[in-house]
Amino acid sequence: MSTLWTRNETLVALVIVAFCGLAALSDPGFLSVATLTDLLRGGIVLGIFAVGALIVLISGGIDVSFTAIAAFTMYVTAMLLNAAMPWIPWWAALLTGMGIGACLGAINGVLIAVMGLPTLIVTLGTLSVFRGFMLTFIGQKQITTLPPGMREFGRMMIVRGENADGSFYSLHAAFLVTAGAIGLTWFILHRTMLGRQVFAIGGSVESARRIGIDVRGVQFFVYVYVGALAGLAGIIHSSMARVANPFDLVGLELSVIAAVVLGGARLAGGHGTLTGTVLGVALIVLVRNSLIVLGIPATWQSVAIGVLILIGTGLPAWQAKRAAAQAA
Amino acid sequence: MTTDLVTFDHVTKTYSGITALDSVGFSIAAGEAVCLAGENGSGKSTLIKILAGVEQPDHGRILFAGQPQGALNPRLSAAAGIKVIFQDFSLFPNLSVAENIAFSAELGHGTRLVQRARIADTARATLARTGVDIPLTAAVETLSVAHKQLVAICRALATEARLIIMDEPTTALTEREVRVLLDIIRRLKADGVAVLFVSHKLAEVLEVCEKVIVLRNGQKVAEGPAADFDAASLTRHMTGRDVAEAPPAPLRADAPELMRVEGLSKAGAFEDVSFTLRAGEVLGVSGLLGSGRTALAKALFGLVAPERGRITLDGRPVPLGDPLAAAGAGIGYVPEDRLTEGLFLTQSILQNISVGRLDAHGASGILDIGGLMAEARDWLKRLSVKAPDPDAPVRSLSGGNQQRVVLARWMARSPRVLVLNGPSVGVDVGSKAGIHGIIAGLSAQGLGVIVISDDLPEVLATCHRILVMKAGRLIEDIPSGQVSETDLAHRLAS
Repeated sequence: MSTLWTRNETLVALVIVAFCGLAALSDPGFLSVATLTDLLRGGIVLGIFAVGALIVLISGGIDVSFTAIAAFTMYVTAMLLNAAMPWIPWWAALLTGMGIGACLGAINGVLIAVMGLPTLIVTLGTLSVFRGFMLTFIGQKQITTLPPGMREFGRMMIVRGENADGSFYSLHAAFLVTAGAIGLTWFILHRTMLGRQVFAIGGSVESARRIGIDVRGVQFFVYVYVGALAGLAGIIHSSMARVANPFDLVGLELSVIAAVVLGGARLAGGHGTLTGTVLGVALIVLVRNSLIVLGIPATWQSVAIGVLILIGTGLPAWQAKRAAAQAA
Repeated sequence: MTTDLVTFDHVTKTYSGITALDSVGFSIAAGEAVCLAGENGSGKSTLIKILAGVEQPDHGRILFAGQPQGALNPRLSAAAGIKVIFQDFSLFPNLSVAENIAFSAELGHGTRLVQRARIADTARATLARTGVDIPLTAAVETLSVAHKQLVAICRALATEARLIIMDEPTTALTEREVRVLLDIIRRLKADGVAVLFVSHKLAEVLEVCEKVIVLRNGQKVAEGPAADFDAASLTRHMTGRDVAEAPPAPLRADAPELMRVEGLSKAGAFEDVSFTLRAGEVLGVSGLLGSGRTALAKALFGLVAPERGRITLDGRPVPLGDPLAAAGAGIGYVPEDRLTEGLFLTQSILQNISVGRLDAHGASGILDIGGLMAEARDWLKRLSVKAPDPDAPVRSLSGGNQQRVVLARWMARSPRVLVLNGPSVGVDVGSKAGIHGIIAGLSAQGLGVIVISDDLPEVLATCHRILVMKAGRLIEDIPSGQVSETDLAHRLAS
């Protein structure tokens, strides 16, 4: 039991419950299907990003370039499909996005896995390069007419209904894609030897090399996989927004990493759970969506998220430090 | 002859003109335990690397089961059943015991999906072979050093190990843990697994070994049945000279009291610790791991804050739980793990020595770098640190020289009392005698020295008085001349 209480997951879950309780007290209409679908909708893109960030953190690296990959991918895919292949269906558009994202991820992979450069420096560099390249050579104008496949996907809902007060609620089909990405990542991390090798490398690169793990191959996979997820998230983001805005997404990366760290992943690598990641994303989306309900100005959002990160990651660290001091 | 598992036939290896191994030959049979002894730089590591297939010899042959091998690589060596357990164990701290044990074996199976039942079976079966019980689901980072070592042994067993090479297997273990390790080694030998111990602290594993090989300067200087060797003869072969451990020079009868510790207590660590230290006295505090000796050592220097009690130095109280105040009062502390607690590994040797003297050379607000470095160089010479380049990172030094650097840093501050926690852990025999000489020199200058150690020969050779610590309390105060090593070991463990 004592371990349960010191886990980040428990802490984050408790904060979520407390937050919902407070929101419900100040606005009785808060506990409704409409709020829930809003929250789920808000978590779709962040969720895919977070799953990618998690697998990189577990492998002992850090990736800040995924938002640039997503923005690049959605803009280039929309432009490419409009110009050359307007007829392809929505699922092929998603796959195209994943393919372009994977290629950009492979650039990170080559620099990190093959050339052995530090992950933060590489991805800070590629973040800037991908974004700058797109804005300079590809375009800066919003694409307001998306290709038909993406438009179709943008209209796809799995739940739709009307509230008692006459407003509508709906849940986008992309939610299933996010759920699928979480499920697939869980399977890779916990049920395949590849996933266990990701954990092993995060635990100790040197030990992994000594027992014959192909460290480069595993790292390369991680960055390609994260690139593919980022590409997917990019296509979903623009389909749901019904516009491909090249200035979107970049800037979110630290919130995403914060959500993952809040859920218990360690920046030092080797540790992290999908449950924690999902809870971390839920908390951040909740704070973003609901502070307004509580009558708190939107500018306080970043303060609130920052405080949550300090408490959520600081408290377990402080407890661990105290336990170590006791043991000494 | 064909039953020999591994044979080295006149193996020579040179690195850029320096001969690391010079025509070394020996063989190891199945089920045999062999001690490979030698000081740092004697060629032990080179020999391990050649066996593991990491390095290629320049001349000579290596035979597995009587078959001459061509160029080896790590994969071929591992396939032949040669497994090296490195000093750091090379485990995955974040993964479970079962996964750590089975990881290499699972990689060998080549399956893509995780076979959880097979992993648990492998782990259970190999743990059963060692006869020790560790929870399979525990994360390795939560285990003790001894259990981590065991997990590393099990991992080797899980992949058909026929020769397990253990690099410095006993340095981090307590006496009781060494006993358990020896029992495990006996079981493995009965199973036909050969073991090669590589260490510079081998006396304690001699009893399970059939054969001893001693290397010095890349040459095999002795080989024979283990029964023909004892700690003294091993040391003589390793160093090429007699390193006699003489008892310390007697303390002057009129030596004044320097430091007084009264009723020092910290819940869960130590209880009601009181003692006095006289000028020029070397006081030993000995106890098993977990006796509270390390917490006490840290408390004396303020790194651990006791709840009750007082420390006075020259009659003036020293604030508790404040390392800066303790250092200011003239107490110095040399930690047990100099790599993580005592040194700035990537900084230069000179910087490591001079860091404690920044204040003294910066009184005007601007650092006098010339004076600071000149002083550091002087200490380097006085403690005869063998450093080819004083500007090289301190990590490039051997364990013994690293320890001298830590000592030099404190001595530059001219402290009154030095607390040395495990002063010669991970230091080879020759350097150890050198460090003991330094301790004797400090005592002759009138410093009070507190040596905290479970290395009993060391305590006996350096200390005037020995305090025995058990379960957080000081239970005995023995003048060192009046107790033998076996007697002391008995008092510690009983």
